[in-house]
Amino acid sequence: MTAPLDWLAALGAGAIRVCRIVGSIVLFALSGLSHIVRPPFYGRLFGRAMMEIGYYSLPVVALTALFTGMVLALQSSTGLSRFSAETAMPTLVVLSITRELGPVLAGLMVAGRVGAAMAAEIGTMRVTDQIDALTTLSTAPMKYLVAPRLLAGIVALPLLVVVADILGVFGGFFVATAKLGFNPSTYIATTLSNMQTQDVVSGLVKAGVFGFLIALMGCYHGYNSRGGAQGVGAATTLAVVSASVLILAFDYFLSELFFVR
Amino acid sequence: MSGAVPKIRVRGLKKAFGDKIVLDGVDLDVMPGTSMVVIGGSGTGKSVLLKCILGLIEPDEGSIEIDGADLLHMDGKAQTAARARIGMLFQNGALFDSIPVWENVSFALLAQRRVARAGAREKAGEVLGQVGLSPSVGDLSPSELSGGMQKRVGLARAIAAQPEILFFDEPTTGLDPIMGAVIDGLIVDCVKKLGSTAVAITHDMASASRIGDRAAMLHRGKIIWSGPADKLLDSGNDVVDQFTHGRREGPIQMELRR
Ligand SMILES: Nc1ncnc2c1ncn2[C@@H]1O[C@H](COP(=O)(O)OP(=O)(O)O)[C@@H](O)[C@H]1O
Ligand SMILES: [Mg+2]
Repeated sequence: MTAPLDWLAALGAGAIRVCRIVGSIVLFALSGLSHIVRPPFYGRLFGRAMMEIGYYSLPVVALTALFTGMVLALQSSTGLSRFSAETAMPTLVVLSITRELGPVLAGLMVAGRVGAAMAAEIGTMRVTDQIDALTTLSTAPMKYLVAPRLLAGIVALPLLVVVADILGVFGGFFVATAKLGFNPSTYIATTLSNMQTQDVVSGLVKAGVFGFLIALMGCYHGYNSRGGAQGVGAATTLAVVSASVLILAFDYFLSELFFVR
Repeated sequence: MSGAVPKIRVRGLKKAFGDKIVLDGVDLDVMPGTSMVVIGGSGTGKSVLLKCILGLIEPDEGSIEIDGADLLHMDGKAQTAARARIGMLFQNGALFDSIPVWENVSFALLAQRRVARAGAREKAGEVLGQVGLSPSVGDLSPSELSGGMQKRVGLARAIAAQPEILFFDEPTTGLDPIMGAVIDGLIVDCVKKLGSTAVAITHDMASASRIGDRAAMLHRGKIIWSGPADKLLDSGNDVVDQFTHGRREGPIQMELRR
């Protein structure tokens, strides 16, 4: 008799929990963002975070983009040739890379590399009282730890995606000309004439959002980790998983926003 | 004590985590320029008490006054300013391991803009000297230091901004007896030199009698005894007696069995 009510109660409790978590993440994000614009500014920490997120991610993002562009050319030439539409291949490659694959793949790779490292570093600081120590030394942890990382995420990811776009298109070009017999100058001409500013810009905006999400998840889960090494491990996993899922979800909604009229 | 305002006055402080009551109405007075030692079993909430006073944990109920001003009812800025006057040595040191020792030591001074970055290193060397370390230690990373050195650096970091109030959370736990005595000596020296008011948590009776002017015992969320530190070993209170003499049988044991 009470079974349906139990079910309803469980559903309600779940919904409340989700709302509470989302609420606390939003408050955390707003607090972090507000510290970005209020002095004092920690330029050196921003620089360090930029190195960590941007510079050290370059190799992995570059390789990912290069191979993605290559495989994209290879696979699409098979598909397109069935409709005798091989000439559309440069366009397909450049649109896929700039609109979708550049930002999403760079985002996922950086989420794995940097999101985990951030959560582990901040989580360790939490469980060893270093975050409390910051407060007792007249320093706001949100400003010192979180704000520079959020800003670096927002700035560094678009820069990485510029590199990813170039290398992705180059990967496609390389396979098309070296293996599939495309004329290099025709390929480049087709690519340039079909690439629109909006494609690239929308990809870079996406990248900024993804960078923010990665840093936010790394900081949030690290900041709220509890209970020693195990807690830090759990925070690391949560940071990577939640950042990856959020990247894919936001990718859909941002695409809807940019391209569907 | 007639009429003097305590440096720290805690009244009816309560804190629960979930349904676990940790502090259940703590009253504590610490007079200016004196040292108070707080003893109590592991997990009785001694660290929570200090963290409530520092504003790192929000208490559920009660009042905390510093120099007669109610900390919990000040606006945010005044609270921050009041708490900037407290230095803290954390139980495990809590040194920042991403920056070198000298930057750890001068952290508060840099944050409060009381030294420029250029002069901070030299200033850190000076403070390291006060805790018996050579200035060259400043260039090491905290992870390269032994436990005793980490405690010293933590102490140096806590005293660098010359706080009016100093908290020590188990300063000698995990150190050998000689190093423990050395750290106690440094603490007493620093507190005396700065004229600070100090609150130290400890399990170590030798340490308690070296550091403290007065002592208090926290048990089951309340201060059940307080008195002169040299009375710790014959306090006349069953619980305190059992704790200070380390007896297996007694009122505390009874509760563990229950
Ligand atoms: N942030 C927290 N969240 C939940 N429980 C806590 C927290 N901090 C402390 N506790 C609990 O409060 C109790 C007292 O802890 P603590 O003050 O660290 O003890 P001690 O007297 O050994 O310093 C412990 O049981 C601990 O589990
Ligand atoms: Mg403790």
